[in-house]
Amino acid sequence: MLERTPPQFRELQEITMKTDTRDILAHATRQAESHEDYFLVDIDAHVTETSFWPEILAMIDNDVIRHMGQMNAERPGSANISLLNGQPGILHQHAWGRIPHQQALMEKVEKTGSHHFTELARRSMDALGLDYQVVFPTPMLTLGMHPQDDIEVALGAAYNKWLVERILPEDDRLKGMIYLPFNTPEACVEEVKKYAHVDSIIGYSVCSTRNKAVHHNSYMKLYAMMEETGKPFSLHSGFNWNDPSFLQLNRFISMHALSFVHYSLIHMTNWIINGLPERFPKLKLLWIESGLAWIPYLMQRLDHEYQMRSCEAPLLKKLPSQYMADMFYTSQPMEKTNLKLLQATMEAFNAETQLMYASDWPHWDFDAPSSISTLPFLSDQAKRNILGLNAARVFNLEVKRKRPKPSDVLAARPGVS
Amino acid sequence: MREVNVGAASDFADPGRKIVGFENFEVAVFKLGGEFFAYLNHCPHMGGPACQGKMIAKVEEDIAADRTSKGMNFSKSKLHVVCPWHGFEFDIRTGVHPGNPKARLRKIKLAIADGDVVITVPDAREPVPVMQEADISVSR
Repeated sequence: MLERTPPQFRELQEITMKTDTRDILAHATRQAESHEDYFLVDIDAHVTETSFWPEILAMIDNDVIRHMGQMNAERPGSANISLLNGQPGILHQHAWGRIPHQQALMEKVEKTGSHHFTELARRSMDALGLDYQVVFPTPMLTLGMHPQDDIEVALGAAYNKWLVERILPEDDRLKGMIYLPFNTPEACVEEVKKYAHVDSIIGYSVCSTRNKAVHHNSYMKLYAMMEETGKPFSLHSGFNWNDPSFLQLNRFISMHALSFVHYSLIHMTNWIINGLPERFPKLKLLWIESGLAWIPYLMQRLDHEYQMRSCEAPLLKKLPSQYMADMFYTSQPMEKTNLKLLQATMEAFNAETQLMYASDWPHWDFDAPSSISTLPFLSDQAKRNILGLNAARVFNLEVKRKRPKPSDVLAARPGVS
Repeated sequence: MREVNVGAASDFADPGRKIVGFENFEVAVFKLGGEFFAYLNHCPHMGGPACQGKMIAKVEEDIAADRTSKGMNFSKSKLHVVCPWHGFEFDIRTGVHPGNPKARLRKIKLAIADGDVVITVPDAREPVPVMQEADISVSR
């Protein structure tokens, strides 16, 4: 039968930087119908805070650094990068226009009284089917490589203030982890003191891309304080093409694939070999955005060498892999090209209780919740744990549905003609 | 199966495309080099709207007779469509990823009838079975 005018025939447009988030993610919204009754938490989505950078510059406490930032921002084209230490390759992430949502989210946002960012975050939460989303700063991910420690401190404090006072109060579904200016331990302590009691701040984060050894004695006061509050401490990885070894790599894919794992390998190794799990047994550690394949690799390497050289790690009372299995990990970017290896990886660190879903939206290698819900070897309970219940337990979140129905989200999407 | 008319063939640019949605179906019809190709708008990677992405020439690398690289350039003959979610690329003529033949767009039967582009889709209002990420992994 030839249908010349099928019912509700509509034409779909090319997805560009101006496409509405709900249209970009419409397929994810349909996928969400298959796990409609799950509780869903996204531990790592990103603020493109450079879009609102002047707001953050205005919140810098130190008047000299604030003046530096605002004057730099007046230079044409510099408003959104002032005081930041841009990394080579940061503009390569969208694969030169192939992945528009990484380029920019330039969609129309009606004035509703909420911050522009909050509206964009709501659209992504609704479209991905999330009850909660934890937001994280994007260009500040490499601030640990900034040559001026006082600027890291100033920007970190200003960002935390902006997040806590301007963004998080607007939507109970949005949560944050404060930025710790880790190159200055005493400033980290001050940030924890300021925000540990704030309900919308559910943890503390260090951007791992830096050359600071996590076992240095100067951090012990910070770790003790975080442990006392009960809120988790996360290490969010990133990339750094300026690392001398990585300067050999001539393509972004090569550098990105290695660099995001590199810093987690180093910090995890220092953390364990120096016995920090024994010194801070109640401090919950969360490793963000290195994928999962590095975990069994490092477990095996450290176990192998530790058994021959236990004299170098005298604080350890069990194998390094056993300490690693006590920690928490986020899923994205989850390596799925070999499901047998992925299954073995998840078994190695007991993903059912230790893994938490993260989207990394709107970055180019984001994972939809279907990356977990469609895994053939996970039980229904394991999927529920990874997609939300583990996060609820670790971050003390109320397990309560807060998202709209997928059908309502799809009905509201604007981009069909 | 049933046939659905998606419009006059003469309305298509070359290269060009039209992506139509109806009920549970989203189908893209491409015109390239005077030929038409139709695929489900569904990426085998993670289910993204693969056919709504950028159309761009395949990137190639010139290797000289002495096996030295002479740099990258755009193909003069192969055009790709790029899934906007994550960048998976597919040859518009074959629907296949350049490096993983398991990763391919699902073809939809297409014919030109009386100057119109006509696609053939299942009768059922159910979603068409599509490849999942598990189908393109190496462990199957």
